[in-house]
Amino acid sequence: MALLSLQGVTKSFGGLTAVKNLTFDVEAGAIISLIGPNGAGKSTVFNLITGIYMPSSGSIVFDEHAIEGLKPHSVAARGILRTFQNIRLFSHMTVLENVLVGRHARMRSAAWDCAFRTPFAQKEERSSDAAAMELLEWIGLSRFATEWARNLPYGMQRRLEIARALASEPKLLLLDEPAAGTNPAEKIGLMKLVQSIRDRGVTVLLIEHDMKLVMGISDYVHVLDYGEEIAHGKPDAVRHDQRVIEAYLGKGA
Amino acid sequence: MLNSLVTWLPFGLSRYTGRQVLFGGFIVLALLLLPIVDSNSSHVSAVADAGYILLLAFGLNIIVGYTGLLALGFAAFFAIGAYTYAFVASPQLASPAHPDGYHVSFWLMLLVSAAVAAAFGVILGAPTLRLRGDYLAIVTLGFGEIVPQLFQNLDKWTGGPDGIAAVDQPVLFNYHFGFNPTPYYYLYMAVICICLVLLANLRNSRLGRAWMAIREDELAAEHMGINTMTAKLLAFSMGAAFAGVAGVIYAAKLSTISPSGFDFNMSIMILAAIVLGGMGNLSGVLLGGSIVAMLNFLILPQASNWAHAIGASVHSTFLMNVDLTQYRFMLYGIILVLVMLFRPEGLIPSATVRAELRESMKSPEVA
Repeated sequence: MALLSLQGVTKSFGGLTAVKNLTFDVEAGAIISLIGPNGAGKSTVFNLITGIYMPSSGSIVFDEHAIEGLKPHSVAARGILRTFQNIRLFSHMTVLENVLVGRHARMRSAAWDCAFRTPFAQKEERSSDAAAMELLEWIGLSRFATEWARNLPYGMQRRLEIARALASEPKLLLLDEPAAGTNPAEKIGLMKLVQSIRDRGVTVLLIEHDMKLVMGISDYVHVLDYGEEIAHGKPDAVRHDQRVIEAYLGKGA
Repeated sequence: MLNSLVTWLPFGLSRYTGRQVLFGGFIVLALLLLPIVDSNSSHVSAVADAGYILLLAFGLNIIVGYTGLLALGFAAFFAIGAYTYAFVASPQLASPAHPDGYHVSFWLMLLVSAAVAAAFGVILGAPTLRLRGDYLAIVTLGFGEIVPQLFQNLDKWTGGPDGIAAVDQPVLFNYHFGFNPTPYYYLYMAVICICLVLLANLRNSRLGRAWMAIREDELAAEHMGINTMTAKLLAFSMGAAFAGVAGVIYAAKLSTISPSGFDFNMSIMILAAIVLGGMGNLSGVLLGGSIVAMLNFLILPQASNWAHAIGASVHSTFLMNVDLTQYRFMLYGIILVLVMLFRPEGLIPSATVRAELRESMKSPEVA
């Protein structure tokens, strides 16, 4: 049984069909990429999975439960976390606080515990602090823990967004163009990072335009164009697929 | 040396530096001694009344400062707290079965009124917190207008525009508070200290971080597993609970309440206090609330007396009869304009607001 399974998912906005009859599985432990030209519907797929949109038809099954129509926070609590195409950190909170917000769904302190700082809340704060610091250490941001998120350079903000998502101990991580705007050295670092995220046991679904990165790390690639899947397969097979080349470069005369 | 001593302090005070604790301790000591040093009970009463302004500012700070929800009719929760107490601690609801009305303990009602105000926070919040920014501001403004109007017009129960009189005053171990302002002064101080600890706890907790995440980016917060609706409702109800507590002490100290004490001006005064001091920052809220309260209760009434004295000596009938308290909203207006011009982040800004303002001034197109 696949970790995530989309069955005939369609999403239309009025007359526009952003995603059409999309079916694919994401096996646990894999790195799966979703590629396609701008406007192909990739981000819409993420928004459908994470609960921003309700599919017009079709079903989305995660961990053997239907999740279509759930609110984003419930989807997150079930173990699907995401990053955003344009970084959406909590700019005026510290790096550590950003990661702690990511742990929200793994914490149980109620309003009462928070206001009165009960022993339970104190214990949970301590263990969450430790877990967050460990994660920051792992991703290489621990020395900026008390710095504001907005003060980090761009590439580190991208990493912090990933750390924030990982703090929630997700089963599936959705990365929306993590390499956008990063330099070549950072791209190589990112490639290694995505692989080590998989090695932590987190399945990765990736939207990315950087073909070198996609081809380098993906186990399987799905290609979208105008909301429809036009090809899927191992990176090498997809790279030479005639329809894919046409979608990206246009049809030859 | 000082800093190492601080680490032993309870209530999370160990977060602060030695100098901060020393400074805070000095202010607390000065305030504790004030009623003993200054025997003029009108001064003590004025400083005591700053207590409810501060409590209201604390409550509004949760909603506006932490969570970033612009709520305008906050005085409604203050009114609900005060009336809840007055109903069950005065002859107002006298009936053949209860010829003296009800007389529930003040101390119990501190908690009950907080809970009632919190419940109204949820009742107002549940349908309206889907709205954002300006729209939420308008709806809460409407709520702030409706509540005092209801208390005014449901005169069968509320005493209409005259309000409720002969509200019970607190009794602690056979000590009757009566109309002496000093016990209220210490009561406010104790309650404010407790509330400060609660606020500081919340600020550094799972819930406080969720509130700030919503203020920073609601969509991202939702995607991190925060039920934003619940968190916003909690902000509304906790903020309202502070106002409910303030209402009970206010009603008890005055022993009489009327709808006019809870009008729009009160809501704006509280908002002005936290904007003046610095939103989201506890020291700022304390300072802003104190300044607004002192202007309102101490400086303006005194200034009128001075003006009368000057008027008598220079034979100016205008100065002799002027009542400067009537000009207080003009004064708030002037102060707010000046603050916005010269220190838009408030007197003691939270680092957050300062950065936001600097940022938006550099590049006004930032979305």
